[in-house]
Amino acid sequence: MFSSAAKQEIEDIRTKYPNARAALLPTIYVAQREFGWLSSEAFDAVADLLNVPKATVRGVATFYAMYKQKPMGRHLIQLCTNVSCMILGAERLVDFLKITYGVEPGGVSPDGRFSLVIMECIGACGTAPAMLVNDDFHENLTEKNLQEILEKYT
Amino acid sequence: METILLKNIQNPNSADIAEYKKAGGYASVRKALGMEPQQVIDEVKKAGLRGRGGAGFPVAMKWTFASADPKFPKYLLCNADEGEPGTFKDRPILEKNPHLLIEGMIISGYALKAEYGYIYLRGEYPAAKHILNAAIRQAYGTNLLGENILGKGITFHLAVHQGAGAYICGEETALIESLEGDKGQPRIKPPFPVNVGVFSKPTVVNNVETLSNLPYIIEVGGETYAKIGTPDCPGPKIFCISGQVEKPGIYELPMGTKLRDIIYTHCGGIKGGKKLKAVIPGGISTPVLPPDKIDCPMDFVNMPKHGSMLGSGAVIVMDESVCLVKVCHRALKFFEHESCGKCTPCREGTGWLRAILGRIENGEGMEGDIDTMLAVSTNMLGKTFCPLGDGAASVVQNFIKHFRPEFEEHIRAKKCVVSG
Ligand SMILES: Cc1cc2nc3c(=O)[nH]c(=O)nc-3n(C[C@H](O)[C@H](O)[C@H](O)COP(=O)(O)O)c2cc1C
Ligand code: SF4
Ligand code: FES
Repeated sequence: MFSSAAKQEIEDIRTKYPNARAALLPTIYVAQREFGWLSSEAFDAVADLLNVPKATVRGVATFYAMYKQKPMGRHLIQLCTNVSCMILGAERLVDFLKITYGVEPGGVSPDGRFSLVIMECIGACGTAPAMLVNDDFHENLTEKNLQEILEKYT
Repeated sequence: METILLKNIQNPNSADIAEYKKAGGYASVRKALGMEPQQVIDEVKKAGLRGRGGAGFPVAMKWTFASADPKFPKYLLCNADEGEPGTFKDRPILEKNPHLLIEGMIISGYALKAEYGYIYLRGEYPAAKHILNAAIRQAYGTNLLGENILGKGITFHLAVHQGAGAYICGEETALIESLEGDKGQPRIKPPFPVNVGVFSKPTVVNNVETLSNLPYIIEVGGETYAKIGTPDCPGPKIFCISGQVEKPGIYELPMGTKLRDIIYTHCGGIKGGKKLKAVIPGGISTPVLPPDKIDCPMDFVNMPKHGSMLGSGAVIVMDESVCLVKVCHRALKFFEHESCGKCTPCREGTGWLRAILGRIENGEGMEGDIDTMLAVSTNMLGKTFCPLGDGAASVVQNFIKHFRPEFEEHIRAKKCVVSG
């Protein structure tokens, strides 16, 4: 079930659209935040609230890469490896994350601290390689500054 | 050149409405609301403005179609999905100059008699979401959005709709599906969005940069604006340069600036004085160019004559140390991942091309692989539902066309001959 604050937030979102269905994507975002990931319970809550079939909610949610279908680590690392980042060393960073934090692409570190998702360009190609940690951009990454940055996320 | 789109972004408070107004912002909205909607469209026509999202479609023509449709309400959608790898030109506007975009949207909303606007913002730009929402609140608070705007009896509502990590949602009909709360799979055209768009109503989709040109066009008039750039493609263009140049970043330059000048004059040449090997001039979906083909004017009309496309103006520069098999493989991984799966040639073709490139990269390439890739890509070209599939096929074809010996070497040596 959604908290009453989340319900209010979804009510507000709905007023921006001519019908409830159009509020589906933003509502799934709220569910993901509230439940931590999109569990079956989260799908039920969205379906109930917007009066959309659960199968539809699931079908839509699974189409989009940023909706998470399994539990995540405390912090989400979204590291770009597309061409501009790749030619400036992004793959070394992937290896570094594996060695240093034990986290593989698509996985969670054993201590539950970090999830790692490989991204397809996050619009920071001029300051490549780049990543998002939760909602923050970090650019011009090297193995050294990557570790310094991540140590701030406990 | 005086910057128009990136004006004042050095100011740390550039996203604040007071700073924007201090620099002359929102004067064009007042001016536009004193004109007839058709007069606004006429100015845009005189300006010769083409869409900056990639296809370069004439803006006034699109607007005229939507404006002529008798159905109401009409919708104006700003495409802020910016997903084409290599592209980071809309982000500075969204994060640093949000009121320029909002002003542009109010002007176009007025010209189109659209009452509702949405900014379809990619999920990967969380900071931009907060900045845009704050800017929209400021605009509502000063009667620039909402009902009876500036006492002129005009209504225009604006909201941000956040995408969730699907490149295909940058395609305008997929964007519409996604805004309606569905999977982002392209629709068949016709009907075109200008007649049957979001919520089945007449809809105009324009890119962030496109809409951000409007305040200046209204300020100086279409004719003066058209003196910037080339006659067929007037105006300023934001180029975003990444890869191995000395000074990567965003550069606002006249449309038609030569690719060579962008790389060697503005970006300071190849990093560390190395040799240039290849350039992708307009985002990953545009055909790659070898070093002897970079004397091309960067605009929508000239680039096709020189074997590529302007695309989003995202220039990716690669020096001699880069393995092009690896780049091509990475590009195809992207297309396979982002194919929406609706049509077979794209869904299957991107997977096969990625697999063949993968085995060549791993030193397991076989004789005949290059021809197989050419056959697979030929079977995709012109046979896919939307341009994503064509883009993927032409990426492979152009890498092979210009750099075939490197692919052959890679297969023969069973390893990378560039990086060892
Ligand atoms: C696969 C694909 C992805 C696209 N991605 C974007 C995008 O991220 N941003 C954008 O403005 N246009 C994108 N476009 C182009 C849009 O479909 C559309 O032409 C554009 O938003 C129209 O606006 P404009 O005329 O102002 O350029 C994409 C097209 C395709 C086929
Ligand atoms: S070409 Fe690819 S992305 Fe476009 S509709 Fe077909 S499967 Fe989807
Ligand atoms: S390619 Fe990595 S941010 Fe664009």
